[in-house]
Amino acid sequence: MKRLGLIILAAAVVIAAAVAVFLFKPASLPDVSVAQAALPTGQALIDRGEYLARAADCVACHTTSGGKPYAGGLAFKLPFGTLYAPNITSDKETGIGDWSDAEFVRALHQGIDRQGHNLYPAFPYAAYARMTTEDALAIKAYLFSLPAVHADAPKNDLIFPFNQRYIMRFWNLLFVPGGALQPTASESAEWNRGAYLVEAMAHCGECHTPRNVFYALDSGKTFAGAELQGWKAYNISSDKRTGIGNWTDEQLFDYLSKGHAEGRGSPTGSMGEAVDYSLRHLTPEDIKAIVAYVKTVPPQVSSDQAIVEAEPATLKASIAYAPSGDAAAQGGLGLKLFQGACASCHGWNGEGLQTPYAALRGSRTVNDPDGTNLIQVILKGAHMTTATGAQAMPAFANAYSNVEIAALGNYVLAHFGGRQSAITPADVAKARTQ
Amino acid sequence: MSKPFSSPKTGPSPQTGASRRAFLQGGGLLLGFALLGAGVKPTLAATDPVAGDVTAAFSPDAFIRIGTDGKITLILPNIEMGQGTHTGEATLIAEELEVGLDQVSVVDAPPNDKLYATAALGGQATGGSTSMRATWESLRKAGATARMMLVAAAAAQWSVPASECGAKLGVVTHQPTGRQLAYGALADAAGKQAVPTDVKLKDPSDFELIGKSLRRVDTAGKVNGAVIYGIDVRVPDMKVATVSACPVLGGTLQDVDEKAARAIPGVRDIVRLPNAVAVIGDHFWAAKKGLEALDITWNDGANAKLGSADIMAALKTASEHKTPIMARKEGDVEGRLKAASKTVEAIYQLPFLAHAPMEPINCVVHVRADECEIWVGTQVPTQAQAGAAQVTGFPLDKIIVHNHLIGGGFGRRLVAESVAQAVAIAKQVSYPVKVIWTREEDIQHDLYRPAYYDRISAGLGPDGLPTVWIDHVAGGSVLGNYIPGGWPDDKLDDDAVEGAVKPPYDLPVIQVDWVRQDPPVPITWWRGVGSTHNVFVVESFMDELADAAGKDPVEYRRALTKNQPRAAGVLELVAEKSGWGTPLPAGSGRGIALHDAFGSYMAAVLEISVSSAGEITLHRAVVAVDCGIAINPNTVEAQIEGGLIFGLSAALYSGITFTNGRVDQSNFHDYRILRNNEAPKIEVYHVKSLESPGGIGETATVSAAPVLANAIFAATGKRLRSLPFDRNQLKSDGADKTSVSMMPPLSVPVLAALATSGETGESEPEAA
Amino acid sequence: MIALNVNGEDRSVDVPEDMPLLWVLRDVIGLTGTKFGCGIAQCGACTVQLDGQPVRSCVLPVASVGTRRVTTVEAIGATAGGKKVQQAWLDLEVIQCGYCQSGQIMSASALLERNPDPSDSDIDAAMSGNICRCGTYTRIRAAIKQAAKA
Repeated sequence: MKRLGLIILAAAVVIAAAVAVFLFKPASLPDVSVAQAALPTGQALIDRGEYLARAADCVACHTTSGGKPYAGGLAFKLPFGTLYAPNITSDKETGIGDWSDAEFVRALHQGIDRQGHNLYPAFPYAAYARMTTEDALAIKAYLFSLPAVHADAPKNDLIFPFNQRYIMRFWNLLFVPGGALQPTASESAEWNRGAYLVEAMAHCGECHTPRNVFYALDSGKTFAGAELQGWKAYNISSDKRTGIGNWTDEQLFDYLSKGHAEGRGSPTGSMGEAVDYSLRHLTPEDIKAIVAYVKTVPPQVSSDQAIVEAEPATLKASIAYAPSGDAAAQGGLGLKLFQGACASCHGWNGEGLQTPYAALRGSRTVNDPDGTNLIQVILKGAHMTTATGAQAMPAFANAYSNVEIAALGNYVLAHFGGRQSAITPADVAKARTQ
Repeated sequence: MSKPFSSPKTGPSPQTGASRRAFLQGGGLLLGFALLGAGVKPTLAATDPVAGDVTAAFSPDAFIRIGTDGKITLILPNIEMGQGTHTGEATLIAEELEVGLDQVSVVDAPPNDKLYATAALGGQATGGSTSMRATWESLRKAGATARMMLVAAAAAQWSVPASECGAKLGVVTHQPTGRQLAYGALADAAGKQAVPTDVKLKDPSDFELIGKSLRRVDTAGKVNGAVIYGIDVRVPDMKVATVSACPVLGGTLQDVDEKAARAIPGVRDIVRLPNAVAVIGDHFWAAKKGLEALDITWNDGANAKLGSADIMAALKTASEHKTPIMARKEGDVEGRLKAASKTVEAIYQLPFLAHAPMEPINCVVHVRADECEIWVGTQVPTQAQAGAAQVTGFPLDKIIVHNHLIGGGFGRRLVAESVAQAVAIAKQVSYPVKVIWTREEDIQHDLYRPAYYDRISAGLGPDGLPTVWIDHVAGGSVLGNYIPGGWPDDKLDDDAVEGAVKPPYDLPVIQVDWVRQDPPVPITWWRGVGSTHNVFVVESFMDELADAAGKDPVEYRRALTKNQPRAAGVLELVAEKSGWGTPLPAGSGRGIALHDAFGSYMAAVLEISVSSAGEITLHRAVVAVDCGIAINPNTVEAQIEGGLIFGLSAALYSGITFTNGRVDQSNFHDYRILRNNEAPKIEVYHVKSLESPGGIGETATVSAAPVLANAIFAATGKRLRSLPFDRNQLKSDGADKTSVSMMPPLSVPVLAALATSGETGESEPEAA
Repeated sequence: MIALNVNGEDRSVDVPEDMPLLWVLRDVIGLTGTKFGCGIAQCGACTVQLDGQPVRSCVLPVASVGTRRVTTVEAIGATAGGKKVQQAWLDLEVIQCGYCQSGQIMSASALLERNPDPSDSDIDAAMSGNICRCGTYTRIRAAIKQAAKA
């Protein structure tokens, strides 16, 4: 018995030692020399990096509203605390100016910082792990070509045990793929390019794929839609009813590259930013590749009710400048608010008066009885850079009450989506905190 | 309406406006007179009119010119900004001049502080509802003087006694013979007549124009885009600028990277000021895009951490601990307080307010080598001139100001700091520049109506009526911000207590004092000035006392206005016309407010309903006014309707707040303005009066917040003491978790009535 | 160069495509009756008509006007509805400062063109996007009704 006890003890010690080594051994650096040699130099490298940095949408997270690009500081409110995106400009003190190529590549591929500390996967290194080393280095070259900004991002504020960075090593073991995405021989070059852009660069799944108990992407539910920071990332799988299976290629192309698709509305929130900062800068070929790939993602039927079905009678009976008589009589407070603050841009026929970017017809946001994104966009507004200048919706949070926004939301869903909804002031109050 | 000087569309001419004599040249009769209101400031009594070389004789501030072509022009120093001043002033002159209102045209006087000093305000300014009050006598006297000279000229020509001649509609008639001469034909001769010293004015019962709702003189060009507001001025070679001042109030410009802005097509120049940057472009769009492309670094300065809560906390501390300046103390205040059978006290808080006139701040300036020409709509042309002189170093007579129609003033254009800024921008370039502020700049760099923290209390006697009344006001000094040299710390700024010091009630034992606590943000007058702030407190509290005494609010006020006939008059009229006391549906309420301000008495009743979610619907307002002789009743009614809506808008929605020294609001989406579908029906009733005309442009704004507060109390039993009203406090329990109804608000009272009859529950109907 | 038809006149303007029609009208063509109020389509002061329909010119990129005919307040009196509205505005003394009234008149005349007998809720729908700081709302409503009867 004593002997058995010793064996168990010894095993425990060995396991503990192994775990300790796993957790605390210094991270090693990858060899990037081959990739370095394969890359162009000078402006050609920087140009390539700029395109890829846009494709990977680094700026969306590493910049605060009104802040300098890539200077960090943007907050991510998670269930276990708040993370702040770091400064990734070439400032030596507060940015990544001292980082070597290998350190940068390690961060993108493994989620490890220059000091060897683990980063949190709010930084989508599980996606960037599939990026080629060449592309990662090009992005670094671009970032280092920009002016250094001296700006300290706030310190993270996470609860225990999530403030212990080393536990991310377990997570990485489980959820971070090793090596760049490899082409699928049976698919076209376009599809493979799309897969690379979607999976390794644009990291669409980070928002659109639900997370499992470990807060990692649920690989069984790819693109089935998820909710984060108070916004819904809708189902973008090829399911015809709850996903984008019914969208035409042209609609997808327009939505991603122009920020508006006829009959589908315009993206707002994080997707609006993704188009504004990233997707609209990509070449038409790359957007087509993304469309080709996304359309082949297997359908996922989600329970989300943000489904665009037949055009509601209220909408059909309205003209741009007036709702139908019946609709007007039913409107109440929501109608009153819409008349004053909304109708001048959106109109009542869902087409948008001055610009199609204000068109609401067919948008999932006005067809979601939960009103999740609708409340958010009323509270926070929207912005899109378009071929004919910037289009913006102001943020109404400060001057309109929870009651008013709830009433407005219910009216908009009824009129533009034909949806019966039950948004309450408490829902709006909650949305304000997200 | 035309401008006195060169039309902006034809471009500036160097001599325009430079010489007042040039401006006044021309044949015919030119009568200058001082527009100083008798009874407004007795120390500045009216000067008799003079004719001929008016500039040599004395300092008139207004003129009647009758050309040999019969054209009658009135040159008036008060600015038209929508309040009907020009129509009212022209009516007074025309009444005594015996011409129709359609026979005269009105132009703005050029700036000249000494010549155009409006007595009641000091300096040439249009504000404080003073225009009609200040000019009631002097304008009629001027009209009568001119008429007498025309009649005298005709009498001389016909060699008949003047007493046989009469004037009507611009024609003098020799009554016995029926001979007639038009004013135009008499104008030259009239100019040579002696100016009469004994001028008799008509008896009010003989008025033919005054008291009638005549068509306004300034509106025809406002329906077809023909009139030129300041923002519409275009002069040759002009460029357009827009400006960004440091977003933190009081901060300065540190550095600006202009590279990206310079690359924008149409951007011409980028101009730095100590606290701002302006981009000048071929058009506003280029300037705006250029401004957006600038990478600006600011020095935030002392206000970098300033928040609204800090300001309100400082006001509260000051109110409680600083020694106040006594505004009025009568009777044994302390003794009465001790003897009171009941005491009531309350704290009221009011926010900073922006003016947000529809026409954003703008100014066209051309700074040449030795003179500066300005085109702007301002309530204070002389201040604009002085500011420009200071910036350019030019003497005043080298600063030419063309005043334009104003697209809303409300007090914002009683200051001319933006003119000085525009001149500072234009000084750096050779061409004329039109500076236009964005709406965001307008909201975030206004001079605000100050915030206030007022403690008010009263002791009630056995009959429930107040035996003692104590109103402690705390807030900044508007005058201290307005007068260049500031205002002495120990001296009362009347504005702070204007509507508190003498409420129109029998309150023999009263104390009103003021603690000065200047906020670290710029402040100025706002429509209704001191009264807007004070009367909210006084009239809300009067309702609280009525409630404490268990009396009906009208009944209570009636008991306190026994020795206030004009106040009692409007009170009774409004009670009658509003159907005070008649039943309303559940969830609805009627409020009342009574006050006197600017020489007018007003009582207002407002009917509202409040939904279970706390949303307020304004149904009907009834206003009774005694503004003395109503020169133009229709204009009086228009000003009451508009003034009330202006005040209701603020009471419901407006408050400027600060975070880290920056204004949180920026445009109409977050500095909300009442819209057409929210406006109540408004009825206005006049108390017939032969008193001198009172001001009317601001009076109803004063009524708005208290009448709404009192209506809310009547509808809900909840007393809201902070502006803007927090509708969250009005919702019933559980409303938060209830879907907000899509039923029209009109059905709410019906449902509430059903609920009280026990047929349905409390819950709101679900969305349709 | 962008081709426009403004108040019946064909014009060609050399301006950026994203320039809002408002500034083309005011700063390039010189029609200053159309007013700048907010720049974000919240106040309606900049309302003009495209083929008779009201739009907020402050957020309308000039390039998207296309072949639609632009009518501004300077020419609205030439339409039957516009003339009636202008007359009712004067008859009822709607106007105070007048700055917002260009937009109010453009919205109101478009309303009457498509709906000769508007109800209160029709007026709410058509006119609540036009802010008036002077508070002339009750008279605007009355004037529309009077114009409808004219």
